[in-house]
Amino acid sequence: MDPLDNRQLQLRDDGRLRHFLTIDGLGRELLTEILDHAESFAGVNERMVKKVPLLRGKVIANLFFENSTRTRTTFELAAKRLSADVVNLNIGASATAKGETLLDTLRNLEAMHCDMFVVRHPSSGAAHFIARHAAPYVSVINAGDGRHAHPTQAMLDVFTIRREKGDFSRLRVAIVGDILHSRVARSQILALNRLRVGELRIVAPRTLIPEEARSLGVHVFHDIHEGLRDVDVIIMLRLQRERMHGARLPSEHEFFQRYGLTGERLALARPDAIVMHPGPINRGVELDSAVADGAQSVILKQVGYGIAVRMAVMSMALGPDAAREAS
Amino acid sequence: MKTPTKLFMTATAVHAMLDGLARELAAHLDARGIEAPPIVGIHSGGVWIARALAERLGERAANEAIGELDISFYRDDFTRIGMNPQVRPSKLPFELDGRDIVLVDDVLHTGRTVRAALNELFDYGRPRSVTLAVLITRAGRQLPIQADVAGLEPRVGDDEHIILRGPQPLELYLGERGDKARAE
Repeated sequence: MDPLDNRQLQLRDDGRLRHFLTIDGLGRELLTEILDHAESFAGVNERMVKKVPLLRGKVIANLFFENSTRTRTTFELAAKRLSADVVNLNIGASATAKGETLLDTLRNLEAMHCDMFVVRHPSSGAAHFIARHAAPYVSVINAGDGRHAHPTQAMLDVFTIRREKGDFSRLRVAIVGDILHSRVARSQILALNRLRVGELRIVAPRTLIPEEARSLGVHVFHDIHEGLRDVDVIIMLRLQRERMHGARLPSEHEFFQRYGLTGERLALARPDAIVMHPGPINRGVELDSAVADGAQSVILKQVGYGIAVRMAVMSMALGPDAAREAS
Repeated sequence: MKTPTKLFMTATAVHAMLDGLARELAAHLDARGIEAPPIVGIHSGGVWIARALAERLGERAANEAIGELDISFYRDDFTRIGMNPQVRPSKLPFELDGRDIVLVDDVLHTGRTVRAALNELFDYGRPRSVTLAVLITRAGRQLPIQADVAGLEPRVGDDEHIILRGPQPLELYLGERGDKARAE
């Protein structure tokens, strides 16, 4: 899908956010607005009453066709901190593999007057499909679709970078690991380029880099020692164990030997570099325990920031009721 | 229909009014037996006035940073107009529980902003009391909210708005509906 279509599908006529499906097609200004709002919401998480009345009376449905405890929980907490009501639906992917069933699910939830669907699905394009067929007053947030996109994860990652390191233009960022299977990496690359990061590197074996990588505006490294030299931010990706049977990699052990983040390798980066990971981490596969729990790790901060970023996206997409009033 | 705003009060006059407001506030706090209260301003005009008052109150105010409230998350018109794109984080760098707070805004009009600010304050803690100080109070209240102290109560038409511009210089302008940066 080209960026123009993504823009049209995601934005209202006045340029405001309606659906949040992919970073593609969204401008730097809108991404910055999300980060600014998240900054305000981060304050709410530190108060006595961790709740604002913004989305009182709204109903948000978490539609998870694929398991993800952390993502679902942070979306749920974000919705609750905005005072929305939340329903969680864990739908076995096999039972709803057909488009028809998915639409039926959709119509039922619309009949229950849901205002927003947060969708996690193993198939690329599922959130787009739902957004295209949803009633005009419903907003759709993509919480990860297949190998395609995970835009709220990317936004919480760039939010973490901005909070911890400041101005993007001065920064060198390295994304390390299984780029090929990673919707997170795809969204991160789009977001970091849109926000004009100084230099963006991907570090991975040839077999785990998508063919189109060089057109993504990144520097490709196959040697982790070269790739980490003087970087400000290291983003480790989760090795998708469930997708490793494809024999693209000999073993987890070998992966750690060649691409795992150890204290020694971390020392190649700038002394104040931060280590990030979208979780869940595989200790001893992507990174050493000492690094994961070390002073430079911001992995647990990312989780907290994820709530603030999701609050920002939800409140922006569920803003004015114009569509509902008109329908 | 947008018409140009006109100057309503010069910086010199605003400063003189702030001097008077600070004296009145100090007297009000004395009468109520309130010592050294922390001051909280409502974004953005209220924060400017809060700073000006704190300067003038000196030791009569708490020796703490000014609190700043952005009430965007508490507005009652969110479903009509959506998210304010310019929302800033609220900052209340002190404990509220059991304390006497001075809440400051620039113009008290419908009362909706103060309603939202009170709701937000109580999500930070349970103050013992809240005193409301405003630079301008005017007709048009839609809620039972009144200022404890006010600098001036000018007569203005229903379609007119008083706008504070600042922070340097602090000047008051008169404009018509639609000019207002922050709807009251």
